[in-house]
Amino acid sequence: MRTSRRTIAAAVAGAATIALVATGCAAGGGDTATEGPITLTLATFNDFGYTDALLQEYMDAHPDITIVHNKAATSNDARANYFQKLGKTGLADVEAVEIDWFTEAMQYSDLLAPVADADKGRWLDWKEASATDAAGNLIAYGTDIGPQGICYRSDLFAAAGLPTDRADVAKLFDGDWNNFFSIGADYTAKTGKPFIDSANSVLQGMVNQLDTAYENTDGSIVATTNPDIEAAYKAVVEKAVPISAYSGQWSEDWFASLSSGEFATMLCPGWMLGVISGNAPDVTGWDIADAFPGGGGNWGGSYLTVPANGAHVAAAQELASWLTSPETQLKAFANAGTFPSQVKALASDELAAATNDYFNGAPTGAILTDRANAITVATFKGPKYFQFHDALQNAVTRVFDGLEDEQTSWNNWVTEVSAF
Amino acid sequence: MSTTAPKLPKQVRVISLSHRMSRWDLKLSPYLYISPFFLMFAVVGLFPIAYTAVISFMDWDLVRNTGTFIGFDQYVWILQQPHFWTALRNTFSIFLLSTIPQLLLALFIAAMLDRNLRAKTFWRMGVLLPFVVAPVAVGLIFNVVFADNFGLVNGTLTDLGLTPIPWHKDPFWSHIAIATMVNYRWTGYNTLILLAAMQAVNREYYEAATVDGAGLIRQFTSITLPSLKPTLIFVIITSTIGGLQIFDEPRVFDQFGRGGAGQQWLTITLYLYDIGWGQWNFGRAAAMAWILFIIILSIGLINLAITRSLVRDDGGRGIPKIKKNRKKVAR
Repeated sequence: MRTSRRTIAAAVAGAATIALVATGCAAGGGDTATEGPITLTLATFNDFGYTDALLQEYMDAHPDITIVHNKAATSNDARANYFQKLGKTGLADVEAVEIDWFTEAMQYSDLLAPVADADKGRWLDWKEASATDAAGNLIAYGTDIGPQGICYRSDLFAAAGLPTDRADVAKLFDGDWNNFFSIGADYTAKTGKPFIDSANSVLQGMVNQLDTAYENTDGSIVATTNPDIEAAYKAVVEKAVPISAYSGQWSEDWFASLSSGEFATMLCPGWMLGVISGNAPDVTGWDIADAFPGGGGNWGGSYLTVPANGAHVAAAQELASWLTSPETQLKAFANAGTFPSQVKALASDELAAATNDYFNGAPTGAILTDRANAITVATFKGPKYFQFHDALQNAVTRVFDGLEDEQTSWNNWVTEVSAF
Repeated sequence: MSTTAPKLPKQVRVISLSHRMSRWDLKLSPYLYISPFFLMFAVVGLFPIAYTAVISFMDWDLVRNTGTFIGFDQYVWILQQPHFWTALRNTFSIFLLSTIPQLLLALFIAAMLDRNLRAKTFWRMGVLLPFVVAPVAVGLIFNVVFADNFGLVNGTLTDLGLTPIPWHKDPFWSHIAIATMVNYRWTGYNTLILLAAMQAVNREYYEAATVDGAGLIRQFTSITLPSLKPTLIFVIITSTIGGLQIFDEPRVFDQFGRGGAGQQWLTITLYLYDIGWGQWNFGRAAAMAWILFIIILSIGLINLAITRSLVRDDGGRGIPKIKKNRKKVAR
């Protein structure tokens, strides 16, 4: 009996020691890139186009570095992990952040290592501007962006008496949102079918064209008083809802409609092309027009960040810089269709020559480059952007579902967001 | 001990070390054997509960791991939210819609399985099969069944010329859909527990009842049901706790997992999760968790009170109260 107790005590003490040693190792810090063989961890989600072969290129050029790539299944998983460990330990040396929750990460810009001056100016102005904190530090490396065109079904357009040629359709949609809505209303009146997939994607498109959405740069909240937001809500509820198949995207029904080809248009950032061709392989007639209502618009895109308390910050910065260089990003684009945010990559011949067979052989590279150049505004998204926008989307959905009328739903939104 | 020395002849005290050790062994060992559970409970149960209470009084920043004390503000905030009251309504509605049909069905199936069937084990394991399916997988399956436009149910209704059901629009129908998922998973589990209790009932009662000419239904209501009382109470308590914590099924009911545009199926735990992990406001989420804790605790106490009164009356075999008095006299 006595012996066994002593053994237990010894085992407990041993385990505690190991734990202490382990924590001691993890807390170590260094900041030079030339400290012998090191392992860098890279954490991304979905598909950034960083294949093993691509990472091997870097390891071949830097024999003393081993890269371990961890992929989270969804961006939400990555978000949960990021904020649970930021400010403590355990994050990867290079961490990917999606634009949807990037503003939340910006609140903790002091915990992230800034981008070196030499790399500044590599990205589109607005992409850099939204990653620059109040102190003027650029704290994230831009990867891809989501410039939007309009995807349309040429067969359904032909049946409704609309032009089908890419250039003619671009001319048709060249105008503001009212122009887009009136074309949609005519289409729906003529065919009795929905024109666009979802009303909330229209809301997303309109809000992403505003300078100020729900919060000012100084942190004051303007959500309920901003006339632009109210105007966008009114336009969506009055004009987009009647021509939409669904209120929001990604539902069971929405996917079913997409694969059976129920609606005629969608707002199309680059990454949406893969969603359409992947979910509607049997639908023919999809094409993409070089136009977007009310000028350019961006939807989605990501950044890489380097947590400042990592073990190998300098080496991690070097890796992040390489991964987001124009040359590497073009390779990632070829791998996964992530459209580059780097000025030089946008000007490259390789991008200009890219086409997509599913979309009737459309020169998607050239079209999306045009669309990216048309983007002039980077909407300021404060830390609560996600909450405000989500609640407003719910307001649109309530009207779409016939639960509440336009004014009631707006009033409920105002009550709801006043509590934030 | 020494001040109130007993007058009995004192035994010779054993003072050798080995003897003392063996006495400690006798007295302390049982506690040592059960201590791992309580140590684990203190670390993963008690500490989080207490820590949650601390955080619930603070405006907490998860990333920087700091907070400022703000008292009961967050509790007040939660109670002022219309969403909270909607969530409470939804939780109870889903709880009632799932528990009542579920227990009635479980009782019926258990009574059927209690009869002499061929391949008993096959049928008994069969009812437990849905329980093995992960809740999220159940959600995925039922999403196909309850989709508004292309779902199995609405497709059939439309084919029959009936109006489709607004599963994701009307609160009542969304509760029905979610309760169906819950029932699918838990009916079999409750059936097995009730079946086990039914099998423990003395068979002679039934024989005697048959001889007396009682029918099957009379036997069920007069013998089976009264014997099941304690088990039924256990089943009701566990499904109450489970019902108030319902999360997985409403979470996967649509693509956003936030309880619907009009909070039609927002439950308390779903709201808690959204405040915590959606808005990163752990102070409010902690306050919410404590409110939920108090709700469950009070309902648990009500359950306990009912249980006690029922069990005491069971067969009229109350514990005689004379014992207590006798003890006093002896002292």
